[in-house]
Amino acid sequence: MSHRTFTITHENLLDVLTNTIAVGNRLVAPVRRGKKLFFRDVQEVQSIVFDFIQSDESPKDLVFPRVEPMLAHEYNAGNVYLIDFAEKLQPLPTILFGTRPCDAVALSLLIEFFNEGVGDPFVEQRAENLTIISIACTRADSYCFCTSVGVSPNDSRGSDVLLTPIDNDQYYGIVLTEKGNAFVKKGGDNFIPSEPKDVAQYIVTLREEFTPQEITQRLANAFNHPLWMDASLRCIGCGTCTYVCPLCSCFDIQDEGTQTKGVRLRCWDSCGFSLFTLHTSGHNPRHIQSERWRQRVMHKFSYIPQNRNLLGCVGCGRCSRLCPADMNLKEHLCTITKEMTEVKADR
Amino acid sequence: MMSTKNVYKPYLMRIVKIIDEAPGVKTFRLQFLNEEEGKSFTFKAGQFAEYSVFGEGESTFCIASSPTRREFIECTFRQTGRVTKALAQKEEGDIIGFRGPYGNVFPIDEWKGKNLLFIAGGIALPPMRCVIWNALDLRDWFENITVIYGARSVADLVYKYELTEWSQRTDMKLITTVDPGGETPDWNGRVGFVPTIVEQEEPSSTNTIAIVCGPPIMIKYTFPVLEKLGFTPNAIFTTLENRMKCGVGKCGRCNVGPVYVCKDGPVFTYEQLLALPAEY
Amino acid sequence: MKQLHERAHELLEQKAVSVIIGYGEGTEGRVRPVFIRTLEAVRLLVWDDRCRVNLAVYLNKPEIRKFGFPIAVVSTPATVRTIVQLIAEHQLSIGDVVVLVRENDTVRALIQKEDLEQYARNNPVIFPPFVIEEIELLKKMSIEERFTYWQEELAKCFKCYACRAACPLCYCEKCITDVNQPQWVCVAPHPVGVFEWHINRAMHLAGRCIECGSCTIACPVGIPIALLTIEATRVVKEEFAFTPGIDCNAPSALSTFRVDDKETFIR
Ligand code: SF4
Ligand code: SF4
Ligand code: SF4
Ligand code: SF4
Ligand code: FES
Repeated sequence: MSHRTFTITHENLLDVLTNTIAVGNRLVAPVRRGKKLFFRDVQEVQSIVFDFIQSDESPKDLVFPRVEPMLAHEYNAGNVYLIDFAEKLQPLPTILFGTRPCDAVALSLLIEFFNEGVGDPFVEQRAENLTIISIACTRADSYCFCTSVGVSPNDSRGSDVLLTPIDNDQYYGIVLTEKGNAFVKKGGDNFIPSEPKDVAQYIVTLREEFTPQEITQRLANAFNHPLWMDASLRCIGCGTCTYVCPLCSCFDIQDEGTQTKGVRLRCWDSCGFSLFTLHTSGHNPRHIQSERWRQRVMHKFSYIPQNRNLLGCVGCGRCSRLCPADMNLKEHLCTITKEMTEVKADR
Repeated sequence: MMSTKNVYKPYLMRIVKIIDEAPGVKTFRLQFLNEEEGKSFTFKAGQFAEYSVFGEGESTFCIASSPTRREFIECTFRQTGRVTKALAQKEEGDIIGFRGPYGNVFPIDEWKGKNLLFIAGGIALPPMRCVIWNALDLRDWFENITVIYGARSVADLVYKYELTEWSQRTDMKLITTVDPGGETPDWNGRVGFVPTIVEQEEPSSTNTIAIVCGPPIMIKYTFPVLEKLGFTPNAIFTTLENRMKCGVGKCGRCNVGPVYVCKDGPVFTYEQLLALPAEY
Repeated sequence: MKQLHERAHELLEQKAVSVIIGYGEGTEGRVRPVFIRTLEAVRLLVWDDRCRVNLAVYLNKPEIRKFGFPIAVVSTPATVRTIVQLIAEHQLSIGDVVVLVRENDTVRALIQKEDLEQYARNNPVIFPPFVIEEIELLKKMSIEERFTYWQEELAKCFKCYACRAACPLCYCEKCITDVNQPQWVCVAPHPVGVFEWHINRAMHLAGRCIECGSCTIACPVGIPIALLTIEATRVVKEEFAFTPGIDCNAPSALSTFRVDDKETFIR
């Protein structure tokens, strides 16, 4: 389909959103809880926060929830009965509103990852029912580095509709997919058709600190570099960076209940935890934190590029903003690309 | 609408036979509850599966029976963690979960016309047993078949009944050994660590494929011995074991550098390992 | 700051410590932990009101311990109490740590038991303002309101365990939440799993929490999680007249049996 473009006022946009809730859609948008910003179900559009750089929690919960029941079992008279939750899952049609473009890109990559190969009926069904309305960034902070990892502040990948705030409390919008089209159609007259416009002047400019190629090349032989140890001395090995990352996808599978009756859950996990790779024998291939920090960086910037020809990071900066030890990923990547001396690839 | 199957949903299997192999080590013979599933199920030597005790969790181990014997699946495990402990308490007739097969395979087709040298230590015979039986069932394909198998003590040797059978066969050579101090008065096998025995045996590397499975320490000391005997790194095969959960390359915990043991392994050549970081 | 730099310089020059754990400039006006091992790096040390995170947590980290004791730590009153408590719990010995503190505009290095204890007693922990705010808020609530409050707060918890990782007194090599035989605590971050985790955490820190607030600072979703352990410790203080972090030889409040215990079930 051709990309339809439109403008809409802030007030009309809120009306459209109110209406989406009224007709039974689930609306998820950035809201404040205490001092932090989350993507949560919204009943009152007034509570939606528009003025922010990036939310604290990422919206990945919507396709890859922190707890996903996958299976239930029941034992009865010598037989075991299984319930497949993938068959029971009926995600509500959901409008995810107000994501930053980097998050929309991240979600699309996350969905792609789960759907690849053996596939994943949970992520797939959740994604199918999700319409993503993103808002391009007019501001950024020093933690952001999307432009250095091949994403831009008005990237349209992964979004169904991309809005850009322009003058007079208005948004200029592009409809990018069929789902986006359906959303705009329901909004009727509130969306005013417009000629395609160049709105670059409204978008924040963010300096490119390095390129994806630069990082990947530098990391190709970096496994044994002393940098990992020095850089991660202050890392305390919590899971914050991975749990707030929109692209971190590692998980654990846990059984709960008894052998007679119980459930099997998929829960978020983190390569930052020492338990993550611990063998039952007690041997741990990554037994100190620097090895786990290296895994996180190498996975995103070397292994994923080698296996899937893309990066595992969109530069949203959450991991760095929220790291209790101020491990700043952009800074680490700058060090890797600018200062790291070559080391021989020895074992 | 759901278009993709839930890969995490296991087949239901009935335990039809339990064999006590060694202290803490058991073999289960499993049959599909649903015959149709059993008929369409295929796998190859080297592959593994996730076995579940519902309510406790899943545990990863290889399929120890040969793909040439399709009536059942066998697995051998040592009781170490929460799941294996629960498994060990199961009885014949009980039902457990099974999903797989996962992972890559031993390229047994490519070994036609070659000598095969199997070197196994401890509880690592099971992954090897699958391919040994596979090779014995296709005996004409190969030249000499030699098995060197060692364990800490006589009691720790698994598949004792098969070891007897193998030792009586004339179309293969079996050498069993136990670590010094692990022998019993009536032990008539060898005494010594596996790498030492390999060194003493001096198997020829000409036209030979070596398959090595065992604890990391055994592997570490066996590779150099094989290299000294003239084996090239691409003629040495082994299997890696990392902690696994999903088995399908998604949960993110089994990687060694860019390689996922569950998906790209568990079978690797020594040559491949040399190119990977030592994170296993 | 000048004094700190002089002290640090001295310690490294005399090889009196292997490393100085301190605060340095971080991102966007934050401070971050720094590990000073060379004389040139001493200038990176800063010390001002932003320096609140409890650096004693690094004394438990194997990579840091590998540098070798003694190790110097730039310390707030809470850090000093933590170190005293870690000594009482046999995680550190007297002499392992050179504790750098500010006292009347001078920088002192405390090493000996008496000095540490005296400083700890004379310098109570000053809660960061956000902790005081929350305590006040909770005090005004009824039990039901408090339960609702915690349900809402803990609903945010996704079990990243940053609170555990940031706490210098959560040093257990195998945390109860990580034990799976038996599985005491549900692993999943659903309401039950989260409540189980935090009740266990609070109980394990009851009478041990130094009230530094590091866990609250670390929590990425903004749960004032220190309130639980602070309250648990306050109860221990009232019931057993025990304050953690002021006596290097103190027994552990919750695992000490006294014949005059007022609870009868234990006798
Ligand atoms: S980098 Fe920061 S957020 Fe990530 S594990 Fe280390 S301390 Fe935690
Ligand atoms: S690694 Fe950090 S910056 Fe990159 S996507 Fe994840 S949270 Fe954002
Ligand atoms: S830091 Fe916060 S979110 Fe993480 S486990 Fe602790 S309370 Fe939960
Ligand atoms: S529980 Fe929190 S406040 Fe108490 S000592 Fe640990 S980090 Fe500090
Ligand atoms: S076991 Fe999950 S990725 Fe390999």
